[in-house]
Amino acid sequence: MSLVTLSINDKTIQAEEGTTIFEAAKQNNILIPHFCYLENVHQMGSCRICVVEVDGARNLMASCVTEVREGMVVHTNTSKVRKVRKVLYELILSDHPKNCLGCHRNQNCELQDLGEQIQIDGFRFEGVKSKDIVDSTSASIVRDSSKCILCRRCVTVCNEIQGVGVMNAHHRGFATFIGPSEDESLGHSICTNCGQCIVVCPVGALKEKDSTQLVWDALLDKSKTVIVQTAPAVRVALGEKFGFEPGTLVTGKMATSLRELGFNYVFDTNFAADLTILEEGSEFLKRVTETFTTAEPAVLPMITSCSPGWIKYVEHQYPNHLGHLSSCKSPHMMLGALIKTYFAEKINIDPKDIFVVSVMPCTAKKFEITRPEMESNGVRDVDAVLTTRELARMIKDAGIDFAQLPDSEFDSPLGLSSGAADIFGTTGGVMEAAIRTVYELVTGRELPMEALHVQPLVGLKQVKTADLKIENPVEAYSFLDGVTVKVAVTSGLKGASKLMEEIRLGTSPYHFIEVMGCPGGCISGGGQPRPVDDSVRMKRMQAIYREDEGKQLRKSHQNKDVMALYKDFLGHPLGHLSHELLHTTYVKRDKN
Amino acid sequence: MITHEEICSVHSMTEAEKYRVLEQVMDDYDRKENNLIQILHMAQAIFGYLPAEVQSFIAEKMDIPNSKVNSVLTFYSFFSTKPKGKYTVGICLGTACYVRGGKDVVNKLKEVLGCDVGETTDDKIFSLQVMRCIGACGLAPAMTINDKVYKQVNPNKLHRILGMLK
Ligand code: SF4
Ligand code: SF4
Ligand code: SF4
Ligand code: FES
Repeated sequence: MSLVTLSINDKTIQAEEGTTIFEAAKQNNILIPHFCYLENVHQMGSCRICVVEVDGARNLMASCVTEVREGMVVHTNTSKVRKVRKVLYELILSDHPKNCLGCHRNQNCELQDLGEQIQIDGFRFEGVKSKDIVDSTSASIVRDSSKCILCRRCVTVCNEIQGVGVMNAHHRGFATFIGPSEDESLGHSICTNCGQCIVVCPVGALKEKDSTQLVWDALLDKSKTVIVQTAPAVRVALGEKFGFEPGTLVTGKMATSLRELGFNYVFDTNFAADLTILEEGSEFLKRVTETFTTAEPAVLPMITSCSPGWIKYVEHQYPNHLGHLSSCKSPHMMLGALIKTYFAEKINIDPKDIFVVSVMPCTAKKFEITRPEMESNGVRDVDAVLTTRELARMIKDAGIDFAQLPDSEFDSPLGLSSGAADIFGTTGGVMEAAIRTVYELVTGRELPMEALHVQPLVGLKQVKTADLKIENPVEAYSFLDGVTVKVAVTSGLKGASKLMEEIRLGTSPYHFIEVMGCPGGCISGGGQPRPVDDSVRMKRMQAIYREDEGKQLRKSHQNKDVMALYKDFLGHPLGHLSHELLHTTYVKRDKN
Repeated sequence: MITHEEICSVHSMTEAEKYRVLEQVMDDYDRKENNLIQILHMAQAIFGYLPAEVQSFIAEKMDIPNSKVNSVLTFYSFFSTKPKGKYTVGICLGTACYVRGGKDVVNKLKEVLGCDVGETTDDKIFSLQVMRCIGACGLAPAMTINDKVYKQVNPNKLHRILGMLK
């Protein structure tokens, strides 16, 4: 890479060729006001707030899309720039409702932040208001186009990063709106409910469908036993909503806050993550055994099924390849089913009087609980899903001083978990957890890797792969002696489509694949606190591995409460009751 | 390769035939997303307009989301998602035509035809649409009726022009 010399605000600086003016300025501590630009995601020049003056150029240039050139002379703060920036901001506001006090993004809105930077005296332009379509047909997402400022970040995320293509711009000029096609609503489209569009939306145009009221109602209903469970990725991000640094673990405070909110039992989805490893690991070994020892090979690669965004995606896009999916329900659905059967029996309460709430980093789980398959003995497995953001809102609303809370533990018997369950929250985690257990089952020895981590599967790369050579297996798996098991891990649906294309063409070399619908896995799910970028992802991921390494118990099959559950209730993995309560089926959906 | 003229010269096709021709057109264009605008153009010639069913047929056969097809076709005022009348009256509202009274022409037309922009009269004779600059700035304000261009349109003479067609 060659270096370019230029001047910004009379300072001579050097930047790598190909850098934008915006980035070069930032590297030199000049923060050019901007709006639609989002690092590593969206760089399209849609809003032009980031304009700068370049000597010799006739017009102002959008610095986030203009590359540096040798000898360039740039000014970021001339009176012309400031005037234009102001007018641009006023124009964005001209068709915006500006009802901040009644908006869920109040005090957490990038348009407000920009206003604080730019400072205007009043509203000079009152434009025609943009279309005010409120689309609440989706179980996961509400779209309010009156608040949309047409930055198109969601379009980039939905098309380029997720490869789904529901969010697009339609019509033009004042009539422009962003969403699925005119005749479609989100709830009836190929939207996967991943919520990645919500995470990048700078304003209040996209949000999760609110379930807080539903949960308040249940908490205040004396006839209900209200039971909550929390996903592994919530505890590494919830703190951000209360002023903690990204990557702060708040497991203990979270459990306390849930009790203060009035939940009768606080359980951990992690318990069911350990259970998932036993069910899914057994399913994998069954498929492998069939393939290697019978004339009827099972469907391989087997693919994980814990991410409901991924499930809906594959049902739409690859309806003829659903046999690759593990039949396991996602962990919180498993736990819901167990609470309303196993636990209901234990505490002697009619399952109809139990209300199960899942706190999830995920918006797709709001859709998942509405799937007709997700019930056991005629009662719904889970009654409400709160995102991490919604839980934070409830804690604030209840006047709980989160930062000062003492730590407490999850309740027994559905609260104990191993480190293997913790890492479900990050890309690569489910696979690593499965390998820790499956390797030991097959060879009788502990996975011979440092700190039990499968290093090639750690990190944010889109597709990660690992080879595991099996040597000296136990008697029952002697047919695997010398076999190299190939696994792949991907997060984000674009990566998933790459692996699915190989499967479609019959060239996939893998035996086992982990797919998470959101880039980075659940740590950056659609229900997590904003903002999310790669540095936030890395901090949350490190926290997840810290939680794992801090535990004595590191392997799912050593979770004594899970083992007790098999002994007292389920029988054995893939047994009859497991099949009824913990496994599910999938449906073919239209591609359009 | 089927040409636009050939399609326009055929007037009575059954629905099934129309979809067959459309598939042939998509094959001619290799079902490539880059050729979407040409394909939509031909589809509109075949069906007269582009209703939701035709859009999703194209999306499905070309393996792109509905939303993308809709995004492209709603961007261009040339495409219509509603059936068109026998005559399509188009008013240019590019800058030159706008400044020289295009807006008045639109208002007068709405009054005379009794339908809004983007709509068709009840008797299915006229459809009204506005266009972005059609490149006839010297003739502003310009109006088109099907393929014919009318120059320097006087709102008060619209009655006569339209009456002659009826
Ligand atoms: S999106 Fe932001 S600026 Fe707009 S109403 Fe909501 S809080 Fe206010
Ligand atoms: S939830 Fe995901 S799939 Fe649906 S519109 Fe948003 S980004 Fe696209
Ligand atoms: S919905 Fe949000 S992210 Fe999408 S274009 Fe509108 S403001 Fe931008
Ligand atoms: S921030 Fe550069 S164009 Fe929007």
